[in-house]
Amino acid sequence: MAILRLVVRRLLSSLPLLFIVSAFTFVLVSLVPGDPARTIVGQHATEEQYENVRAQLGLDESLPVQYWNWLEGVVRGDLGASLFSGEPVTAMLNNRLPVSLSLIIAATVVSGIAGVALGVLSARRGGALVRTVDVLALLGLAVPAFWLALVLIAFFAVQFRWLPVTGYVPLGEDPVEWARSLVLPVVSMSLSAVAIIAKQTRDSVLDTMTKDFIRVMEANGFRDRSILYRHILRNAALPVVTVLGVVMVSLLAGTVFVETVFAMPGLGGVTQQATVQHDIPVIQGAVLYITVVVVVVNLLVDLAYGRLDPRVRA
Amino acid sequence: MGMDNAKKTRQGLARRVLRRPAAVIAVAWLVLLVAATTAAPLFTSYGALEQDLGNVLEGPSADHLLGTDVLGRDLLSRLLFGGRSTLVAVAEALAVFLVIGVTLGLLAGYRGGWVDWLVTRGADLMFALPGIVIVLVVLSVFPGNLHAAMITFGILGAPGLIRILRAQTLTIREELFVAAAKVAGLTHGQILRRHVLPRMASIIIVQGALFAAIVVTIQAGLGFLGLGAQPPEPSWGGLVADASQSIDRAPWMLVPAGVPMVLTVVALGLLGDAIRDAAIENWAVSRSSSAQPGGRPAERIPAQRAAADDAVAAPAPDALLSVRDLTIEIGGLRVVDGVSLDVAPGETVGLVGESGCGKSVTSLGILGLIPGGGRITGGRVVFDGVDVAGAPEAMARIRGTGIAYVSQEPMVALDPTYAVGRQLAEAVRTHRRCDRKGAHARALELLDLVHIPDPAAVARRYLHQLSGGMAQRVAIALALAGEPRLLIADEPTTALDVTVQAEILGLLREIQERTGMAVLLVTHDWGVVADLCRRAVVMYAGQVVEQADVDGMFAHPLHPYTGGLMAANPHHAVHGEALPTIPGTVPAPYEWPSGCRFAARCDRATEECAAAPVPLSLPVPGRSTRCIHVGSLLQEGGLR
Repeated sequence: MAILRLVVRRLLSSLPLLFIVSAFTFVLVSLVPGDPARTIVGQHATEEQYENVRAQLGLDESLPVQYWNWLEGVVRGDLGASLFSGEPVTAMLNNRLPVSLSLIIAATVVSGIAGVALGVLSARRGGALVRTVDVLALLGLAVPAFWLALVLIAFFAVQFRWLPVTGYVPLGEDPVEWARSLVLPVVSMSLSAVAIIAKQTRDSVLDTMTKDFIRVMEANGFRDRSILYRHILRNAALPVVTVLGVVMVSLLAGTVFVETVFAMPGLGGVTQQATVQHDIPVIQGAVLYITVVVVVVNLLVDLAYGRLDPRVRA
Repeated sequence: MGMDNAKKTRQGLARRVLRRPAAVIAVAWLVLLVAATTAAPLFTSYGALEQDLGNVLEGPSADHLLGTDVLGRDLLSRLLFGGRSTLVAVAEALAVFLVIGVTLGLLAGYRGGWVDWLVTRGADLMFALPGIVIVLVVLSVFPGNLHAAMITFGILGAPGLIRILRAQTLTIREELFVAAAKVAGLTHGQILRRHVLPRMASIIIVQGALFAAIVVTIQAGLGFLGLGAQPPEPSWGGLVADASQSIDRAPWMLVPAGVPMVLTVVALGLLGDAIRDAAIENWAVSRSSSAQPGGRPAERIPAQRAAADDAVAAPAPDALLSVRDLTIEIGGLRVVDGVSLDVAPGETVGLVGESGCGKSVTSLGILGLIPGGGRITGGRVVFDGVDVAGAPEAMARIRGTGIAYVSQEPMVALDPTYAVGRQLAEAVRTHRRCDRKGAHARALELLDLVHIPDPAAVARRYLHQLSGGMAQRVAIALALAGEPRLLIADEPTTALDVTVQAEILGLLREIQERTGMAVLLVTHDWGVVADLCRRAVVMYAGQVVEQADVDGMFAHPLHPYTGGLMAANPHHAVHGEALPTIPGTVPAPYEWPSGCRFAARCDRATEECAAAPVPLSLPVPGRSTRCIHVGSLLQEGGLR
């Protein structure tokens, strides 16, 4: 019951974010020199045709009215149609959402496990492993996913032919090929994520190790394994979870690049295409979808916090 | 700190940064890069658009140092000319980032109130967005306009800087010299410029370097997506895109397309790290140089062992715990110096002294758990006939079952993320073989033993739902889980209310009577000693200075420090009279004199006191003291 209340409260408090982002997009788009109607009818259309299309798209209304109409559409699940293909935006994005979610979730799981393991190991062992995490952190900052992806393709897809160069196979179609098509994109996205998580985990574990209650447990003979895996890890997890949320949002942003490299039909790829094609309704829809994913990620972080920390639960 | 001072530290900072090899290499690479891109024609004889269709997709050669692309264009030339747009992009984004970040960060931290509220909320909101998506929206509206994209990216990056600078400004604002500057009539602008901003220079530079690093990859990313410079104009991102087109025929192209970019980001990252480390070092140096005027390494302090010490050097045969000559060093500094003490089975011994005398470190040293990377460098800790000082495994085995531990601050002594009952059950299962159910039942028994009302309900609670007194009872229950023969209690009542203190002490006495457990009670409170202890050991500056049965000690202290401590005890205060205190403070380990360590604060001190180390002597059977004036003390007390 308490959790339900938390979910509702968080969702309500994220409404301003959704409004501001969509309104910002709207205002920005209204600055476009020329308008979508012109793009649709083309250069040789008559003024009458142009006006018709304008009215059809609702572009003859004032900006607030247009925004209101768009919001009404959102509630009905109607985000308009692509200027380019005429496809309904909602259907288009719904098809593409699972691709991006597969990528983000897989990359989060991979980098979460690898990052936490590396962070804990380096906190415990110290020495060379501490340096490894620092070097990794620097590489994670320096090696952009789109370039790393190409290098991986050059080796593992072109040279050795172990994995597909590009493309995406839906999970329902062929689970094995689905997994194979995800390997390279996920690995290239995960480098910086692993680095960020490993660094936070190491710092957080080292910090928790100095806490009074850890010393009390040691002094009273608790087993080392239990102290590390039950108590230090759980207490160190809170800041790591926060970072995990930040990482998921940046992975979401990373889909723009990685989906383009691997020609995957996901949200990031569609945003990139729509940007190149100035397909305004698609961009507005994609921004909405992406913002919703961010809201959900933040909600998950909050829920994880509640599970890990009894003080938040109360 | 005035402006001159701040300027000086900044110059010092630059010098310290450049003392690091990594920073020198990073700076060299960045300087080379800026020079080579701005003066590109000097470094390459080819134009960026010059095609040579006879030499396409070549590897590196003398003619083309980095090879050629699919149109036979020289890659070095494209790299250098393309770098120009990168530099412009970094400059634009960085300028926006710094102006907005510094202005709003300082403003929010300095003004507080609604300005702070507004800025913080706005920053939080922007922080939640995936920046690149917003940049794409901007680019869809202003096609190919990289300037707009970079300005947007600068704005989207600023909240990170705002947050950091706001927090910094908040702390600096509270400092004295800012208040003084206000009194001196400086305007807010002057205060911010002269006093606040210089203090944050290194943070701003570090954040700027990191942000520049991100901008390099983002700008390249946009170029790669075809949203930056339009072909055939060269850009770093465009190079990667070109390389991706011929990845099956000329994978080499990925190297010139990506490696310089990666190196540039690495250089910016290393530079940022170096500046941060140098700034921390600067802070640490100025701290330690002012804190340790006469800093002396531990090695030079002679081990103060004399004939009388040897007399007590053998462990007492009937003692449960017998510590002999225990010496502990932390960071190479001796903090506990040859401590010997005994605890007999069932006995309660007080370990007394002001804070900073080494009581807590001694008690943790007995358990082999010295904080701050310290270690035992000498002496023995004999528990139940076995020396555990140099034997970590033996020591680990007695923790909990042989010796248990209760700490000073109960509200941080339990894991806040587990319910009380689960922690107790874990302690039970650590020490005895039983199932979950049995452990839980035993946990409830333990809670009952420490007089927790309704144990079943309290077992389900978390630390933050307990009062200080309850938490300390639970901590004691936790220590009792292994049925220890000795309990080390480090100031177990100091953090508690007076009424609760008495309850906890009563509880300890009751448990002791019931179980026959011995207690080593660390305290600075003579009331507690009188109440609970049979014998007391007084520590000063890392040494034992007096040891006696409590009655004898109260009647006639044989060390001036003991006497001074007792006189300063608020329990003995006479209403209306000032409480007598010992002048001065306990010397820190690096300030220990070679003679009597208490001499500087002692009203009996003579020249002899400072001349040589004072050994422990045994003037009366069962008592020892480290005072050369023990003869006159004895006479005054009429003990001889």
